[in-house]
Amino acid sequence: MGVLGEALRFLTDPERYGGPTGIDARVVEHVLISYQAVAVAAVIALPVGLFIGHRRRFEVVAVTVGNLGRAVPSFGVLGILFGPTLGWPGHIGYWATFIALVLLSVPPILINTYVGIKGVDASVVEAARGMGMTSRHVLQRVEVPLAAPIVVSGLRIAAVQSIATATLWGIPGGGGVGRIIVDGFALRAEDLLLAGAMLIALLAIATEVLFSVAERVTSPRAARRAGPRRRLLDRSARRSRR
Amino acid sequence: MLDLIRNEGGRVAAKLLEHLNLTAIAILVGLLIAFPLAVYAFRHRRVYAPIAGVTGLLYTIPSLALFAFLTPYTGLSMLTAEIGLVSYTLLILIRNIVAGLDSVPADAREAARGMGLSERELLWRVEVPLALPVIFAGIRLATVTVVGLVTVTSLITYGGVGAFILEGIVRLDASRAAFGGLLSLLIALVLDAVLLAAERRVAPWSTRRSERTA
Amino acid sequence: MRDDTRNISDDARVMIALDGVSKRYPGVADAAVADLTMEVRAGETVALVGPSGCGKTTTLKMINRLIEPTSGSIVVDGVDVLEQDPVQLRRGIGYVIQNVGLMPHRTVEDNIATVPRLLGWEHDRIRTRTRELVDIFQLDSAMLSRYPAELSGGQRQRVGVARALAADPPVMLMDEPFGAVDPIVRVRLQDQFLDIQKRLQKTVVFVTHDIDEAIKMSDRVAVMNVGGKLEQYDSPQSILRDPAGEFVQRFIGAERGLKRLSLVRVADVEIEDGPVISVSATVEEALEEMQRHGSSWCTVIDTTGALQGWVDRHMLADVEVVSEVEPKRFSAYVTPASSLRHALDSIVTSRTRVAVVADENDRYLGVLSVERISRDITA
Repeated sequence: MGVLGEALRFLTDPERYGGPTGIDARVVEHVLISYQAVAVAAVIALPVGLFIGHRRRFEVVAVTVGNLGRAVPSFGVLGILFGPTLGWPGHIGYWATFIALVLLSVPPILINTYVGIKGVDASVVEAARGMGMTSRHVLQRVEVPLAAPIVVSGLRIAAVQSIATATLWGIPGGGGVGRIIVDGFALRAEDLLLAGAMLIALLAIATEVLFSVAERVTSPRAARRAGPRRRLLDRSARRSRR
Repeated sequence: MLDLIRNEGGRVAAKLLEHLNLTAIAILVGLLIAFPLAVYAFRHRRVYAPIAGVTGLLYTIPSLALFAFLTPYTGLSMLTAEIGLVSYTLLILIRNIVAGLDSVPADAREAARGMGLSERELLWRVEVPLALPVIFAGIRLATVTVVGLVTVTSLITYGGVGAFILEGIVRLDASRAAFGGLLSLLIALVLDAVLLAAERRVAPWSTRRSERTA
Repeated sequence: MRDDTRNISDDARVMIALDGVSKRYPGVADAAVADLTMEVRAGETVALVGPSGCGKTTTLKMINRLIEPTSGSIVVDGVDVLEQDPVQLRRGIGYVIQNVGLMPHRTVEDNIATVPRLLGWEHDRIRTRTRELVDIFQLDSAMLSRYPAELSGGQRQRVGVARALAADPPVMLMDEPFGAVDPIVRVRLQDQFLDIQKRLQKTVVFVTHDIDEAIKMSDRVAVMNVGGKLEQYDSPQSILRDPAGEFVQRFIGAERGLKRLSLVRVADVEIEDGPVISVSATVEEALEEMQRHGSSWCTVIDTTGALQGWVDRHMLADVEVVSEVEPKRFSAYVTPASSLRHALDSIVTSRTRVAVVADENDRYLGVLSVERISRDITA
């Protein structure tokens, strides 16, 4: 068993729990920073994504943000933000990590919301408009319910990414499960390294499961045939002249 | 920051090189592993789900944790770094290679078989060229992802330009950290742009089809 | 088939009036619709037909302002549509599109109730109306609690039309409403729609690329050319009889004569007397009848006048009375409601070389010959 056994012993040691540096404290602050960042990112990205998808304007913005978002290295962003946020209140490195996480979470939420709304069956939207639904009605009663699973999937991706990347918070001597790992590197304590890794894996899987359930719950009944297609920039929806 | 470049110019260059080196190795090794796996998964559909599942799982494990997991076994070495980096590329590459092969129109395949091409010739002369746009998009995404992850390997003594970030954080030297951060951002964006241009050359329509929801 | 007795008189009220309506898209040289002027009378069914790009769908969508006209005026039921709030306008016009666009996440009942709910109808009123529609469209009431994905293509189409009629709008706009189903279902849907129209008398404008459908379903057909140019706007019979110009002629296609035949019913033409005898007649009487009509065969009817079949000379050779032989059955016969086209088909496929006409109770009425049919058509 070796290292694995040591890691398990670490995790089950009651002395390690409680207090500001206990395992439980680390897990809690890790989950908090991740989910809070996703929440903030959602507040920013959801309305923008809804607008772009519904109005079909400024689509370039969504695509560019999506592209850039994938390219930006989180640790790099952390490094850039580290200095400016040094004096800010709270745990060291908290704000730098938090902002980095928000920046990381915006692209998947934005892109998925945009694609989801845009991908709703055009006939359904046209019929709804033709019957005399206001623009808002169409968004609320047709587009959002039908796009919900894809939007939630975007939130899922953001959340899992966030949980994973929040480990970086440990590097500037901050908190979260990442701190356990970084301590492990510093102290050359392999049990800490492994324990930290296992904790993160668990948190990531739990998040994945949580959101997958949410995805299924928000999937409207019998709607799968007319649901949005999972392809970005479906150019087949061009305006046709007859 | 400019002082940094002036005083440690050599080291900056070295770290840049190291960064590109680690990235290139990860992508190449990734391709070497992903390609046969993907082709196999493409031919034998039942295998795809488990392969995607395993590589997907690897992908969700944060890099720091993965390196943490590997270090007890493979030490603070380049091997650890590369094993970690390569695992992250696998999901992206396999998924895109399979998707690319999927996108090859059935008629093209049929026509080729009708002309008497063997399975191997079919793969290399028809399927791969037609799948190239999507595959290329996967390479681009994987590259950019790896560039970011290389910075994290700074914790296991490598890091490329990520070393500056780590040093800056540890020494509370804001400009050093920012320097490393900006460099990593730069490398990522430049490589992305270069590969995007190359991707557009390979197939002009590809940049639309290849962008998938996350 | 359309009931010709339902002709809209020329001085019926105008329901929809387009005057100099145009639609231009920015950056495109040619207008999608250029200066279109036409009227639709109350209770009329008008078809807009034409090739792709002729602007028929654009025109349709300008009526309910899904597309905004660039210039010109559109007046529906006395009100200029451009002065109305588009949303209110659309709630008063039924709209059916090719893919129907039922909301997949709502039951059939909820779908149908959409516009009444938007208009604020009370729950009971909506429920009564829904039941009414189920009746009119002969839907299975079990369907109401199902979701669109569980319905067949034809059922979805019918629900779509029912939904459009839910708030009882005076005007209906339909864009290729029966295009997305297979030919067999399409005919059934068309027939059902014609029945419903007979009862409800809505003003309907529909777009189709199928000239036969236009001819079958409408009181007047507007043949449109590229750019929304109105080539001919008249009743189907008039268009078939006197197509205005080469474009319309080509668009109608071949077999114009046969197409016209499908618009006339057997009841509208004079049926001829054919050779006919009763079962109880003697062979001599039969042969005499055949001689008189100059034919080699004779229809046999029973004492109530019902059709039994036919006999020829050879069959009567060895008997005394007609009842001793088993008459051959007619492979097909027509009723007064059948179209002349159907009658012609019957003639061509029968050995008697005429179409036998009988009523719904199989009582013999007479025969129809090719000569008679062509005489009526060329008249």
